[in-house]
Amino acid sequence: MNKSSFYQPLLVNLIWLSCLLFSISAKAELVIEITQGRDDAVSIAVVPFAWEGPGRSPENVAGIVSADLYRSGQFKVLPPADMLSTPTTEAQVFYRDWKVLGVEYLLIGRLKKGQGDTYLVDFELFDIYQQKVIRHGNASSRKPRRLAHFISDEVYKQVTGLRGAFSTRLAYVTKEKLGKGKERYQLHRADADGYADHVIVQSGEPILSPAWAPNGRHIAYVAYKSGKPAIYIVDSFTGEDKKVVDYKGLSSAPAFSPDGNKLAFVLSKDGDPEIYTLDFKTKKMERITRHFAIDTEPSWAPDGNSLYFTSDRGGRPQIYRVDLGSKRVSRVTFQGRENARGSLTADGRFLVMAHLHEGRYHIAVQDLVRGTVNILTATDLDESPSISPNGVMVIYATQKGNRGVLAAVSVDGRVKVQLPSSRGDVREPAWSPFL
Amino acid sequence: MSIFTRKHLIALMAAASIAGCSTTPDDSTATEDTSASQEASSETSSSEATYGAGDDSVSGSTQGASSAADSLKAAAMQSTIVYFDFDKSNIRPDAYNTLKAHAAYLSANPAVKVRLEGHADERGTREYNLALGERRGKAAANYLTANGASSSQIDVVSYGEERPVAEGNNEASWAQNRRVELKY
Repeated sequence: MNKSSFYQPLLVNLIWLSCLLFSISAKAELVIEITQGRDDAVSIAVVPFAWEGPGRSPENVAGIVSADLYRSGQFKVLPPADMLSTPTTEAQVFYRDWKVLGVEYLLIGRLKKGQGDTYLVDFELFDIYQQKVIRHGNASSRKPRRLAHFISDEVYKQVTGLRGAFSTRLAYVTKEKLGKGKERYQLHRADADGYADHVIVQSGEPILSPAWAPNGRHIAYVAYKSGKPAIYIVDSFTGEDKKVVDYKGLSSAPAFSPDGNKLAFVLSKDGDPEIYTLDFKTKKMERITRHFAIDTEPSWAPDGNSLYFTSDRGGRPQIYRVDLGSKRVSRVTFQGRENARGSLTADGRFLVMAHLHEGRYHIAVQDLVRGTVNILTATDLDESPSISPNGVMVIYATQKGNRGVLAAVSVDGRVKVQLPSSRGDVREPAWSPFL
Repeated sequence: MSIFTRKHLIALMAAASIAGCSTTPDDSTATEDTSASQEASSETSSSEATYGAGDDSVSGSTQGASSAADSLKAAAMQSTIVYFDFDKSNIRPDAYNTLKAHAAYLSANPAVKVRLEGHADERGTREYNLALGERRGKAAANYLTANGASSSQIDVVSYGEERPVAEGNNEASWAQNRRVELKY
């Protein structure tokens, strides 16, 4: 691999298999439960896929696709028990069987063994009203779950016009109390549906602020392994872990630039927290902000030419933007007593942030074109918002019964999802880029 | 991967170690410092007497110097936590005596080092709270140096909202969590 493009986006072949050093659990630590879907959700039927091989099918592909689509909040999925027929080929499809049930889209498919230990899948997506196939495709992978997410992405794109984020991953942090004042912090990596959960870093000291590299593989994070906060980068596939920034005082809040060539972060070596960037190629560090107030939580604009960051230079935390060329700073948020940890959707239009309103911390979104602010959550102590790479959903941390839990909400506020965890305090979610 | 070379890291460390701060107390604070330590030590002896009441009395004598040092230490160790208001890092008047006692102890014992651990409550974002915890730690450090401690004796580490002492989602818990702990 070319060193200079180490953190740059790379296309991951579906067949490519990750090898992992740490514990692997096929079951999900996080379970995704939809609490509010769209009232205009699209009706789809996903017929159980045919298994064209010996013995039992290795995975319920249709079940995984159904779950993906349902949890997006944008689909109503017909239960298989309600189906009048269960076609697995185009010749077996009778449109009236679906029209009578009010189904708008129908997905069928076939799974079989491929070469070696791979699986092949073929599928067709039908528009019931138009009475025709609108998408067909095939894919191969060693992991049938990944095939299912690939199909979910295809269906989502065909129906909504937006790229699906079902094949992406999440990073998050758990904290468990072990007794005698001992604690265990773990940085996890999981599929976007909570499955294939792996612990990639473990520490008895706090872990926070995970941030994905655009290659969807490396994760920068902050840990106290040396008794003070420092920035590390871990390869989430191999577990290879390196300390990259460690100065006197704070070294924290890492954020990879969109091209993966730079890291923005916070150092307080000058006396108060200031934002810096580090160029991985030239190894040059540049100070970006100069102010005696707290400057923290840098987040890159999609074009890589400016950073959004939190500062209390106006008295309370608000979000500011700094142009990386001129270093000129302008204030971005004005509504709400506090706004912090801002990040932009990939189209650059929406700023998602933690927002203090009437004494409660919510996740809110500011439309940078219209200037309007919309509060997305009704819970309190909401923080650490992270936007899905297609700009549709925001995953964030909140509290439930004195425990940290994750939840998600769509940027338009219409879909709400809970992610209860099987153990511990869960916090600091980070949604990966497209893989 | 060689994103960072060892050479570079060493350079970073070197740059970091150059950055430091020194505060020289002016005359008025120095005077205040002396009276504070006297006040603190007299407080200590009286409270020691209270703790000693009812115990079997011990006769004997100790060396004056070490007893003065011990009482400075005892005065400092009476309280090792100071608290802060929401989103504030100014030292509250109720923390003055605690910090002055620690400053007197540090001033009398230049070899002793203290680690100031700054904390925040759970409200607000984690990284902002990390910065806030550090600002509180530094405010306490400045107070100590202004009262006679040397900046070389003090190390400040922020834990932000990561290490609460009280777990509740209410003001009573939050008030306990907005703190700087002095650890020797």
